[in-house]
Amino acid sequence: MAETGFRNIITDGLWNNNQALVALLGLCPLLAVTNTAINGLGLGLATTAVLVSSNATVSLIRNFVRPEVRLPVFVMVIASFVTAIELGMNAYFHELHKILGIFIPLIVTNCAIIGRAEAFASKNNLQRSLVDGLSIGIGFTLVLVTLGGMRELVGQGTLFDQAHLMFGEVARGMTLKIENFPGMLIAILPPGAFIGLGLLIMVKNLIDKRVVAKATTQTETSEGAAGVTT
Amino acid sequence: MEFQTHSSPHTSRPNRVDKVMLQVVMALIPGTIALIFYFGWGVLLNVILAVASAAAFEALVMKLRKRPVLPPLFDLSAVVTALLFAVAIPPLLPWWLVVLGMAFAIIMVKQMYGGLGYNPFNPAMAAYVLLLISYPVEMTSWLPPQLLVENSLSLGEILSFKFAGTLPVDLTLDAITMATPLDEMRTKLDLNQMISEIQTSPLWGDFGGQGWEWVGNWFLMGGIWMVYKRTITWQIPLAFLTGLVGMATLFWLFDPESFPFPLFHVFSGGAILGAFFIATDPVTASTTRAGQLIYGAAIGVLVYIIRTWGGYPDAVAFAVLLMNMAAPTIDYYTRPRVYGHGGIKNG
Repeated sequence: MAETGFRNIITDGLWNNNQALVALLGLCPLLAVTNTAINGLGLGLATTAVLVSSNATVSLIRNFVRPEVRLPVFVMVIASFVTAIELGMNAYFHELHKILGIFIPLIVTNCAIIGRAEAFASKNNLQRSLVDGLSIGIGFTLVLVTLGGMRELVGQGTLFDQAHLMFGEVARGMTLKIENFPGMLIAILPPGAFIGLGLLIMVKNLIDKRVVAKATTQTETSEGAAGVTT
Repeated sequence: MEFQTHSSPHTSRPNRVDKVMLQVVMALIPGTIALIFYFGWGVLLNVILAVASAAAFEALVMKLRKRPVLPPLFDLSAVVTALLFAVAIPPLLPWWLVVLGMAFAIIMVKQMYGGLGYNPFNPAMAAYVLLLISYPVEMTSWLPPQLLVENSLSLGEILSFKFAGTLPVDLTLDAITMATPLDEMRTKLDLNQMISEIQTSPLWGDFGGQGWEWVGNWFLMGGIWMVYKRTITWQIPLAFLTGLVGMATLFWLFDPESFPFPLFHVFSGGAILGAFFIATDPVTASTTRAGQLIYGAAIGVLVYIIRTWGGYPDAVAFAVLLMNMAAPTIDYYTRPRVYGHGGIKNG
């Protein structure tokens, strides 16, 4: 990964190298917490915050850490940020913090974060690491929210249930509810998470395939314009 | 699919998928008729609905996969899945749950893994478990056998309940349904009643519930016919029932008042159906002879464990799915020795 532009970093984080859909990292929180869209959003934003700050810090200290001890140092950096964010959520989003429970401290063990610190931040400068942390985090959050929304909708027939935990009392109106829908309990239970994630990966692969097919037909029509890669 | 036999033994066995499946369907008929006889028209409606929707979903997926539509419909594998599912679910299950179950079985469990021969899990049982977990109330509301009730529902009343959810005015769902014998036994045992006490109720026959135990006999007949025709091997059913009876006997001898008589377990719930029709699914079961013994026995033991200490009264579906997961590993460790390789090491 030599000097890739910011644009590439962003598309990698959001789509091409999406940590949840492509790298399949951080599956433990991804599968355990996404029973509603709001839970997913809460955990996703917390993870994003940790990713951005840990990426920035690791990038800043990358020239002062000896390679032999880099992993423990990275883990300590991540653990400090997770602790800070956990305490912050406990103070400002207490109810949500109670629902997410152990999975906030467990952000420390999310492989996506140590993965980015090791693979990206320890080799790139501050700005690039910041952008990378942010786009990876948002990509992860989007998957969490989508999966959470899907499971919530199929499982209990609501969308953005308990939105007030995140956005305050005003957001109570955000909750959508399908009337007279009994819900399929399995979507809320752990199997629903696996099936839902599988379906999301399927959709992503399908879209990628379409894009590639479109690009190849375009190159064929534009009489062999060289160097078009997707 | 035709497998030609070139070398001996030249015994004739049904070697085509549709022939095997047809034999399974035929073997299922006596048990299904018995079910209809004891539990009413709802069973027949379930069969029709399940077969029709399974065929429809199979055709739909084949169209989406741009494959020929007709061969997978005529190999009858979807029909077998639908039949097994239909005889496992309660007769009064609302129609959309039957369709949902078949959609899950055919699309997710069977076709997404590549269709017949590639699915790691038994589609009928996966659909059953999906519904049992998602809709426990509907899935455990069984009708009592018609021997026990004076006025059973008419065909029209069953139709209107299954499709519109409406019952005759003077009836409620709780009034016409009851728990299965296994469910009843579990609930009463949890209330610290003794088995001799529980079985004084008119609900009980010789081994299991009245009516229920007879359905088991008819499935047993079909199953033995399949073993005789070599549609299935004897290893899995025998090991399954031995495992179940073995566990049951052990605990029954230990305390006959809190652990039911072994044959109660055999003739209740899905034990016989599971042993002969579900565990023996050639795609998802173990394939080596030794492996089949291990596979069947493990299912039997698991059925007993889940029935006795688990959260659900019947366990055949869970046990089969769990062992489906283990089948490739069992096969790996029980591969028969290739002639001329390995073998006994002398001294």
